[in-house]
Amino acid sequence: MKEIILTPAMRMLTELLEQRTGQILSENRLWRIETSLGPVLRAHGLKTLDALADAIRADASGAMGTQAVDALLNNETSFFRDAHIFALIGDQLIPAAMRHAEALGREKQLRIWCAGCSTGQEAFSIGMLFQNNRARWPDWRIEILATDISHTAIARARSGVIPQMEAQRGLPVSDMLRWMEPEGDDWRISPAVRGMIDFRIDNLVAPQAPTGTYDLILCRNVLLYFTAERKRALFSALARYCASGGALLLGAGETTIGLTTDFTASPEHRGVYRRVDPA
Amino acid sequence: MKNCLVVDDSKVIRKVARHILESLDITVSEACDGREALSQCQSGNHDVVLLDWNMPVMSGMEFLQQLTATHSSRPKVIFCTTENGLGHIKAALDAGADEYVMKPFDRDTLESKLQIVGVL
Repeated sequence: MKEIILTPAMRMLTELLEQRTGQILSENRLWRIETSLGPVLRAHGLKTLDALADAIRADASGAMGTQAVDALLNNETSFFRDAHIFALIGDQLIPAAMRHAEALGREKQLRIWCAGCSTGQEAFSIGMLFQNNRARWPDWRIEILATDISHTAIARARSGVIPQMEAQRGLPVSDMLRWMEPEGDDWRISPAVRGMIDFRIDNLVAPQAPTGTYDLILCRNVLLYFTAERKRALFSALARYCASGGALLLGAGETTIGLTTDFTASPEHRGVYRRVDPA
Repeated sequence: MKNCLVVDDSKVIRKVARHILESLDITVSEACDGREALSQCQSGNHDVVLLDWNMPVMSGMEFLQQLTATHSSRPKVIFCTTENGLGHIKAALDAGADEYVMKPFDRDTLESKLQIVGVL
């Protein structure tokens, strides 16, 4: 692979990303900088990253920096990404959370937080999963909070409009027909699913959007961009918002081990971490 | 290893599909219309058919109807077409198609659809 020399402008941009989001661009992802920022350069008639860095410094509003940071974020997602995780959520985790809530005499409502939701497909998938199983859980409601630091991603998630190429990625055609409708060349999420989800711009480094506690927290494929120190801070925050008996789902290859004692790996289900109640 | 029959009158689409499918460790055979595909299904042992809609000689829909009528145990069928309207999608599912891919498609889409029908 061609070695990438970090110029002062690239250094400034990676530092800005870390400062705003806590995310670091590892050496093997530095190639993303020029590719990702191409559209921002073109939109502002700038030729080089040096010119962009200068423009960000000169922009007192901070908007130019926000655009650059947004462009540097990896918003890759798809419907029912890692299908076995969604089978686990529907078959095991939601029923277990319902039993737990009933045992505590709570009202028939579960709260789920998709932390780092990108353009919304993960949250929409949970909404569809719940709606598909309505008959199993007739009296229950599910409230989904979905947060991401990217303004662009949250704006798109809120619109509920998904480009065709992404709409069919991971989504069974039966669910597409049931929970989406065509809108020009794109597809729009139905109000029944869209209405279950509260999309918010929020920074996982210091979350403001969550309220109370959540029975299930999904924070998948986010940790890989954080330093160990940031991961520890993130786990503390997630633990604050995870209900007693609640669960945290991480992405493949992500773990709490060695980073927190607030969660413990589920012996039955890989990628699931149970909230440890404070002593 | 799984076997996929790619049925499309476009050589380019067959080539792209073959490239993606082989990268997923799937063995590929090709047909350029429904009739040729039916003939291959008589002798072949395919797990899945990736099927275009509009083709000369025999369309994808005619192929699916005849395949369903003559085979009690048939491969999974995934339509892969530029016919992206709701009417076509519903008609395909009513005729027994297992999944539907709207062109243009990419590797991730095809991989996920193969997972959905249980081929991967």
